[in-house]
Amino acid sequence: MNVLELQNLQKHYATHKAVDDISFSIPKGSIFGLLGPNGAGKTTLLRMITGIFYPDGGNIIFDGRRFDPQNDIRFIGYMPEERGLYKKMRVGEQALYLAQLKGLSRKEAQEKLKYWFQKFEITSWTHKKVEELSKGMQQKVQFISTIMHQPKLLILDEPFSGLDPINSQLIQDEIFEMARNGTTVIFSTHRMEQVEEICDHIVLVNKGKKVLDGAVKQIKQDFKEHLFRIGLDSQPNPAQMATHHFTIIRQQEKAYTVKLNDQSRTNDILSHFIHHGIQVNYFEEILPTINEVFITQVKNTGFDN
Amino acid sequence: MNKIWIIIKREYLTRVRKRSFVIFTLLLPVLFVGMVFVPFWIAGTGDNEKVAVIDESKYFEGKLADGGGVHYKFLQAKVDTLKNTYPDLGYTGLLHIPAMDINRPTSIVYYSKGQMNVMLKSNMERRLSTVIEDLRMEAAGIDKGKLESIRTEVDIINLSGKEEKKGSAGLAYVVGYAAGFLVYIILLIFGTMVMRGVMEEKMNRVAEVMVSSVKPFQLMMGKIVGIAGVGLTQFIIWSVLIIGLYTLLPLLLGPEMVQAAASQQAASNANNAAAVEMINKMNFVRDSVNWSLVLSCFVFYFLGGYLFYSALFAAVGSLVNEDPNEAQSLTFPITLPVIISIFIMMAAVRNPNSQLAVWGSIIPFTSPVVMMARIPYGVPGTVPFWQLGLSVVVLIAGFLGTTWAAAKIYRTGILLYGKKVTLKEAVRWLTRKS
Repeated sequence: MNVLELQNLQKHYATHKAVDDISFSIPKGSIFGLLGPNGAGKTTLLRMITGIFYPDGGNIIFDGRRFDPQNDIRFIGYMPEERGLYKKMRVGEQALYLAQLKGLSRKEAQEKLKYWFQKFEITSWTHKKVEELSKGMQQKVQFISTIMHQPKLLILDEPFSGLDPINSQLIQDEIFEMARNGTTVIFSTHRMEQVEEICDHIVLVNKGKKVLDGAVKQIKQDFKEHLFRIGLDSQPNPAQMATHHFTIIRQQEKAYTVKLNDQSRTNDILSHFIHHGIQVNYFEEILPTINEVFITQVKNTGFDN
Repeated sequence: MNKIWIIIKREYLTRVRKRSFVIFTLLLPVLFVGMVFVPFWIAGTGDNEKVAVIDESKYFEGKLADGGGVHYKFLQAKVDTLKNTYPDLGYTGLLHIPAMDINRPTSIVYYSKGQMNVMLKSNMERRLSTVIEDLRMEAAGIDKGKLESIRTEVDIINLSGKEEKKGSAGLAYVVGYAAGFLVYIILLIFGTMVMRGVMEEKMNRVAEVMVSSVKPFQLMMGKIVGIAGVGLTQFIIWSVLIIGLYTLLPLLLGPEMVQAAASQQAASNANNAAAVEMINKMNFVRDSVNWSLVLSCFVFYFLGGYLFYSALFAAVGSLVNEDPNEAQSLTFPITLPVIISIFIMMAAVRNPNSQLAVWGSIIPFTSPVVMMARIPYGVPGTVPFWQLGLSVVVLIAGFLGTTWAAAKIYRTGILLYGKKVTLKEAVRWLTRKS
């Protein structure tokens, strides 16, 4: 089932269309990457999903019903890219306050606070003021405040920026655990290696339009260029490498990157070397990284920054 | 509704719990009351100064009365010797009156270690001139008793309205001025507080987190109402403390003075006279102004004016980016009418029925300040009921209007970063749909 469906969503500003007819859906429990260059319309899109902005056109279907910001807002947790906490407030009070605004009673909020502060080992900060904490620590507090009310849909905008590797891992593990327990996560970032590591699905937007939509594995398949990495036991002479099955793209001593020609199949490469009696140490397909897909797609659809 | 209450609570508690709030709230009434009482207290308990007098003219012997903390002691001695020894004899100073012509009293010299204080100087001058005047009258053949009986003081009693209430224009002036000025200060202080709160939320980027949980309108109203609560709390504490201190302090000054004041007896002692006069004045102040009317109007105009302006301040706060100078230029259009009100108010306390005063107390931009200056003159005497009623209705409509407009600007403003917004643009947002 889809937790969220966007149908032909639009948002116009005076001078440009920030979101121009975007549709996609997000299955329950998936970790969904929302990618795009700066100014692509991601933040506007997220603000519409979080009920901050009303769309100028199109529909948002949340949990099978038309999205009603008034009531559905409490099932959503949103951590904006620019972190925001009241600097002078104590950490505990702050988390309680934000949780209560999401509809938790004070008592429930206190229980959740205890649970999460223990889990993240930050109980000792409860009475500290936010301004006394380091940036990374504030980030942890912000993350906890975002998930305390157990949202069905968790929206994280660059959740790892400013975190050290240990805390990054901590939050990443938490995201996975929540997804396993049925929370849907929308994850917006520029760090493509994280997208590959974390996301099941991605949507790529540029200039207010959707450019790409699909499962990470499928996208890598769709954009593959039939490149293979091959490691040989001995250096073959050039004559032995001449074939209509593949073209050599790169060579580094006994390691080759080859491109499979049209009409040929993977096994043709292997049989070529077997035929010439050359020992193959390893052989693997090179799939494009999401980073590469991102760059080509954004360049293809225009990039003004 | 529940959410707005949570916001109000936070806005209120974080401010009330601040140490600076507690100190300021408790200290101000003490300072205020102190300013009224301390001069009396100083006059009453001033150090006794012993002044040695050498009177070579022989006009003053035995005629310089002690009082005002000064004790005169006539000595037969040479000035040149006493000049050096008076401190050792226990005198604060030496007054030397040379032989002189009664028509040309000059060369009276006062020797002292440090600068002579003003009180002492006027004390001496007053006493010396009284003696000289008496002597001159005698010389001119004027009977002093007869002169006293001729002298008179006229006191006009002002009875206003149908009930012929005893009023005091002077007092109404003072109360009106003070109330108008207080509303003015409150508008600026608390309006700025709202603006700073909004700016803080915008710059910390808490605003975005908040509006993913609550509506921008709830966030804005929560802040405005919460800070209004802070203002009311402060006002109530101040009223209680000031009234409490005023009732308690006369008791501290001594029960016999209160009694003397009550029985309208002239106090024999000059020190007591000052205190008695003060207590009489206080009683007059208490009785001759309709305090319950003034106070309830004050609360209304303070709240109404605050709501009217704080919404505008919130809107401006939401437009400011990182640059605090921007705030200054953006607040100017809002502070301008507040400042204009204070000028109209100054004219209105002097002439509460002028056209300027009447319209100034009806138009909501200036009415909170100006009306407060007129009300102590009396309702319905000086301010007819229709004017008060109209002013109240217009102010309520006014703050509903500013709140509506501010909410529209605020909603867009708090989420807008890095872009300088002019007021003109912001005003255009008013006509835009969500």
